[in-house]
Amino acid sequence: MSKEVLRAEKLNKYFYEPSRFQVLHDVSLSLQKGEFVSIVGKSGCGKSTLLYLLSTLDTGYEGAIEINGVGVTGLQEDKLAKFRNEHIGFVFQFHFLLPEFTVLENVMLPALKLGRFDAGSIQQMALEKLKEMGMEEFGGKIAAKLSGGQQQRVAIARALINNPDIIMADEPTGNLDSANTAIILEIFRKLAAQGNTIIVVTHDLDFAGKSDRILEMVDGRIP
Amino acid sequence: MKLPINIRISKVHLLSRKRQTAIAMLGVTFGIAMFILMISFMKGVNQFLQDIMLSVTPDIHMYNDFKTDYSTSVSSRYFDQLPEKWIIVRHPKPKQIHLNLKNAPGIIADLRKNKDVVAVSPLVSVQLLFNYGPVQLGVVVDGVDIREEDRLFDISGKMDEGRPDQLMTTENGILMGYKLADKLHVTGGDIVSATAPSGAQMRFKVVGMYKFGMALMDEYKAYISTSSMQQLLGKNRDYITDIRIKVKDLNQAKSMAAFFSNKYNYKSDDWQTVNASLEAGNLIRDMLTYVVSFTMLMVAGFGIYNIMNMVITGKLKDIAILKAQGFARKDILQIFLSQSLIIGLMGGLAGLLLGFLLSYGLSKVPFPEDEWIVIKFFPVTFDVRHYVFGMVFGILTTLAAGLLPALKAAKIDPVAILRG
Repeated sequence: MSKEVLRAEKLNKYFYEPSRFQVLHDVSLSLQKGEFVSIVGKSGCGKSTLLYLLSTLDTGYEGAIEINGVGVTGLQEDKLAKFRNEHIGFVFQFHFLLPEFTVLENVMLPALKLGRFDAGSIQQMALEKLKEMGMEEFGGKIAAKLSGGQQQRVAIARALINNPDIIMADEPTGNLDSANTAIILEIFRKLAAQGNTIIVVTHDLDFAGKSDRILEMVDGRIP
Repeated sequence: MKLPINIRISKVHLLSRKRQTAIAMLGVTFGIAMFILMISFMKGVNQFLQDIMLSVTPDIHMYNDFKTDYSTSVSSRYFDQLPEKWIIVRHPKPKQIHLNLKNAPGIIADLRKNKDVVAVSPLVSVQLLFNYGPVQLGVVVDGVDIREEDRLFDISGKMDEGRPDQLMTTENGILMGYKLADKLHVTGGDIVSATAPSGAQMRFKVVGMYKFGMALMDEYKAYISTSSMQQLLGKNRDYITDIRIKVKDLNQAKSMAAFFSNKYNYKSDDWQTVNASLEAGNLIRDMLTYVVSFTMLMVAGFGIYNIMNMVITGKLKDIAILKAQGFARKDILQIFLSQSLIIGLMGGLAGLLLGFLLSYGLSKVPFPEDEWIVIKFFPVTFDVRHYVFGMVFGILTTLAAGLLPALKAAKIDPVAILRG
């Protein structure tokens, strides 16, 4: 009935520093379109590592990943960059806005890179996304001047700008106080309700509890 | 305002740290300004020295280079040439040598037909002695057609007193350097007496004094008319010892000299061969300029390298986030390399301007007065090629300096940064 957005098969990942260590053991998972999935687990269990593999940023692994029907395993770095730009939206623990740019410019950047629309329409789209996050009045501000919670909302707007097939978030509330955590959680729920496919790595069980499905990771395995 | 996205990012980066950017630019600016100033000045000096030299050296000088080796002619004429015979001739002396160019009028007429030749000045050059009381001054006196000589050396423009053409209107007139006139205590209208090597004497009327700014010309040289000279030496009207030639293209002088030498069978020296030391001096000055400028630009380059390295270290997070959002290696490379390039371009342009202003200023600085030196200001040339070269050189340096940090930035692994 629904479409598979992401599929990972038998992912194995090793760290070689300081000594050879297997982080992921035959991890397989599948995400349907519109699903909101949380990956939880103790720190060091490999959940972040798994997310970086799925996000195509980390290419040193065994196994196969398919996003939206495209096998991304083994693709060249430049092609992966283009693929991420078009299909994946990121939210990180440490908000990672470009500090010298305005909020609006930060949101617009991935779309300008994609170049599907002209700058005028991109600005319109970016303003809409900011409005959804309740951040529209901050558009002209320099990103560095914003608080942590505000920055994270801008980062989510940025992740959405190219209408990605999948949104990946690594501890999106890990660095926020409870008030802001509530706001961000609300936003994610809203996004999920709108039919976005979301995969979140978190150790916040309350946060995970609001998602459609929870995958618990133990020692590099998803049981 | 429709800059490509990568260039827009690099612009924001540059503007967000204005002071660092300005300092990096100033490095390039001073490097290039110094190069422009030095090369303009050095080339000016080269040109000045060459002009001075050319003001007394003909482009091509043709003369009868008599030989002192007569042994072959003697042995072949009086003895059989047998291998077992040794003939030793000690102190051979010629009975008579002709110092003049045979068929001089023919050669001159032929030279004047050559379209690469601008002026031909035939002359009779002899060392004469001027008597000043008991003192005798040896002076090289050229018997010339003063109009032709004027076309070669612009004597009219260097006259201290009188006019060159008075040499033609005055019977037995003489033009001499102002220093020589000083020594002989004569001035325009005075009479001097000169003695030829043969012992013949003649009296000349001073019609003018010139000032070249070189002792060779001003103290040891004088001009009389060709006919006066021929009369003094007791020679006929075709007696010519040297021909001085002015050519259209100075750089062709060498090959033309060789050609004339072959054609007329008389030795022909070009100005470059005669003044080889000048060329060496030019080369040394050029080398000095390039070494100093290169060093300055290297220093500027290291400054840029240093600043870009610092910038990239401070922007690791930004690079990681850009990569996560789909900026590829070549985009990152472009973003940071373009920053170096913009620094090089802006700094370079400012350097060209500053260099021009400094050169212009120097060209307006009065040269310390000296009776020997005839320039009023420091010699400076303005050549577009130097500016183009300086700009290209500056941009290449900044590109090279920016390349390593930019490559480093492009290679950054975003996962390592994003993990924190």
